[in-house]
Amino acid sequence: MNGRWFSSRTLVIAATDLRQLRQSPDFWLPMLFLAVLFFVVAPASLLLAVGGAKDAAVVQKVAATLDVLPQRARAEVRGDDPAARTSHALAVYLFAPLAVIVPITISTAVGANTIVGERERGTGEFLAHSPATEREIYFGKLIASLLPGYLTTLAGFAAYSLVVNLIVGPKVGGWFFPTGDWWLLMFWVVPPFLALTLSVVLRLSARVTSAAAAQQSSGLVTLPLILVSYAQSSGLLLGEARSGIVVGALAWLFALVGLRRGFRAVTRQRLLGVGG
Amino acid sequence: MSADPVLLLDHVAVSFAGVVGLADLSLHAPAGAVTVLLGPNGAGKTTAVRVATGALHPQQGRVRIFGLDPLDPAQGQEVRRRCGVVAAKPALYDRLSGIDNLRYAARLYGLQGGRSGAGTDQRLREAAALFGIGSALDLRVGGYSTGMKTRLALARAVLHDPDLLLLDEPTSGLDPESGQAVLRLIDEMAATGKTVVLCTHLLLEAEGLADQVVILDAGRDLITGPPEELVARYWPHPVVMLEAERPEALDRVAAMEGVRSYERNGGPAIVELDRLERVPDVVAALAAGGARLTGVVPRKPTLEELYFAVRRRGPSEQAAQGTGP
Repeated sequence: MNGRWFSSRTLVIAATDLRQLRQSPDFWLPMLFLAVLFFVVAPASLLLAVGGAKDAAVVQKVAATLDVLPQRARAEVRGDDPAARTSHALAVYLFAPLAVIVPITISTAVGANTIVGERERGTGEFLAHSPATEREIYFGKLIASLLPGYLTTLAGFAAYSLVVNLIVGPKVGGWFFPTGDWWLLMFWVVPPFLALTLSVVLRLSARVTSAAAAQQSSGLVTLPLILVSYAQSSGLLLGEARSGIVVGALAWLFALVGLRRGFRAVTRQRLLGVGG
Repeated sequence: MSADPVLLLDHVAVSFAGVVGLADLSLHAPAGAVTVLLGPNGAGKTTAVRVATGALHPQQGRVRIFGLDPLDPAQGQEVRRRCGVVAAKPALYDRLSGIDNLRYAARLYGLQGGRSGAGTDQRLREAAALFGIGSALDLRVGGYSTGMKTRLALARAVLHDPDLLLLDEPTSGLDPESGQAVLRLIDEMAATGKTVVLCTHLLLEAEGLADQVVILDAGRDLITGPPEELVARYWPHPVVMLEAERPEALDRVAAMEGVRSYERNGGPAIVELDRLERVPDVVAALAAGGARLTGVVPRKPTLEELYFAVRRRGPSEQAAQGTGP
């Protein structure tokens, strides 16, 4: 029982946190807006603008930027004319980092509040006296923080796929998205980056004294992680074919170390607000 | 009552961030009894509850509950499963409904009710009805009054049929009527054989409810025992309340033979005599001196008087008298 971290209680804690989140539209509406903006509005606007550009010179200038793509990426760009090739390249390569930024932003916002929030509301006292182990509490909180960001991203990914296929697909010979690299990004690279970020955020949430402090410090600490994951996800799509597998494996390794260290941050004393 | 205490704290000391929560607390809560921890704010009552369930780790001393060590991970889980705690703040989830708060607790404490959960829900609603909160269960707790929250917290604490109830100022913030109702409920639970540890700084609410009183100050126990026994220990001699048309006429009593102590704060006089047979002599002497007595009543000191008497004398004097820890 000592080392137990996953049990029905882990799921109960996660489910209850998610239920509370669902009943707080003031929290999830801005997050939904963020996802729609990044996955639907921004790509659709840009792709429609490029595809509908009448000025050939402008299209040529934008298409010239494709020259900066690595050889492998350039070889995979599809389309018969500059506008189609530009749209295809934008759809496949430009928006990849969104897949990382959106879940990290949403999960950080949820995770930062999750433990310090229990303390601020006084409900940490209930958990501290309950039979749930500290690991069960930690992993329950982790799941409750991870799922909103990741599920929103998967839904956004589906919406994005639909948008780019509908706008760009007819110009490049049919539906082309998601590519193999995107599948790898979504299911192999994004989850460990998210877990790694949350392992840091939950530790902060357990240690700080207020939700405001948790949000601020989480923002500062996760910014470098966002930049790293941004760079890695871009590199995955633009670099060598196997780079995604390596990047994902390394991210999983770091994430597992981070999570292993992270659960020690959640103690009953900290839930009560008296632990240092 | 069983001889083995359900809860035992033995010279426990806790401090956090330089603040002393408990300096040296020893107490035992007998099975099936209501033990009341009395003390001012900051005396260590809440810390004692937290230490009891293993939520706080003491730096010194020994804690046993049901004979188990709450700090041992496996035994601690067993301890917490067998305890029901009502914290000083109700610790409820405001965004959830009352029934969802109860469901959460039921699942954490491992209550099963079949696949649909219908059996558990029935049990939850029955528990809520017992505390007079049944009709509000489907409303969000954020909209509850303080009294409703306390009742829900009490219902939540007893859902899993705990062997020990730890109640930390459960009437705090309640109006007198709700407070009385909560105390009645605690009394009823105690009547069913539950062991109850009740923390309070409200002396009146402990009166009549306590089988045992532990008076705390600055993280230490000053005195422990059944109220009647403690009163007898502090006032081994008879106490009489005297009333007169002109109360100042009573002050002569202070110098009379056989009077051990005399106290009058404006109104009636409280007189401690060496033996009850002195009363007619005192009355006769006062009447001879012109005092017109309106009342002579044998008096049992209240818990409040006991509390202040203990606090006035302090821990060193308790120890010297052999009444302390």
